[in-house]
Amino acid sequence: MNKERYKEITNEIVPKEDKLKNGITAFIVGGFVGLLGQIIVSVLEGNFDVTHKDATSIMIIILIFIASLCTALGFFDNLVSKAKAGLIVPITGFAHAMTSSMIDYKKEGLITGIGANAFKLTGSVILYGVVSAYIFGIIRYLFFGG
Amino acid sequence: MIFLYSFLFCGVVCLIGQIILDNTNLTPGHVTSLFVVVGAFLDSFGLYDKFIKWFGAGTLVPITSFGHSLIHGALKAAEDNGLLGLLAGMFSLTSVGIVAAIVFGFILTMIFKAKD
Repeated sequence: MNKERYKEITNEIVPKEDKLKNGITAFIVGGFVGLLGQIIVSVLEGNFDVTHKDATSIMIIILIFIASLCTALGFFDNLVSKAKAGLIVPITGFAHAMTSSMIDYKKEGLITGIGANAFKLTGSVILYGVVSAYIFGIIRYLFFGG
Repeated sequence: MIFLYSFLFCGVVCLIGQIILDNTNLTPGHVTSLFVVVGAFLDSFGLYDKFIKWFGAGTLVPITSFGHSLIHGALKAAEDNGLLGLLAGMFSLTSVGIVAAIVFGFILTMIFKAKD
């Protein structure tokens, strides 16, 4: 079977995803995650004696903990397949990628399983974040004076 | 109002991510990596700091803020230590998120089993 015919057939069989619905879902779910972050920061600042910087750190820790727990309990994948980018783009996606790659390789042992695969998905985020931040940082530092 | 702005900012970032996912062959890994680079780029001219001031904590939730924190910590340390500080301060702000993700992930992996 040639490639074009194959493409035609798969295009017919593979269900069309509703882009508008996906977009709206991602917008609303992602928006609520952002809203939750702001609510946590406001509550911490208003009711407990913490600085703004500490409040944002605690907010990030809380979101990461919720995402890791939901991943470990096994229902975060279902949520991601429904909400798509709404849960992948926020920091919850980072925690989800980390925890799921650890838990998926748990049966292969502590070192060769969990240790070797912990950064399988999040490694690219950290790598490209650091490399780009370093390059942009050098440009900013050398040409714009810090 | 800050709540509405947080909602809108985080929602719009996720919407952009979803549009990229739907219309290209890129995987979620590509999108998150791209967003981190975009966040670092926006902060190299101080734009992301303005977003944080205008839109509140909703700007710190998307993965773009990870790139922002990386370069922000690096530039802050570079003020004192020059190019060495650029290396030393890279993780000074993001270590909270990375360490939390590693520690919680590991502890929870020890407790729970993988669902198949």
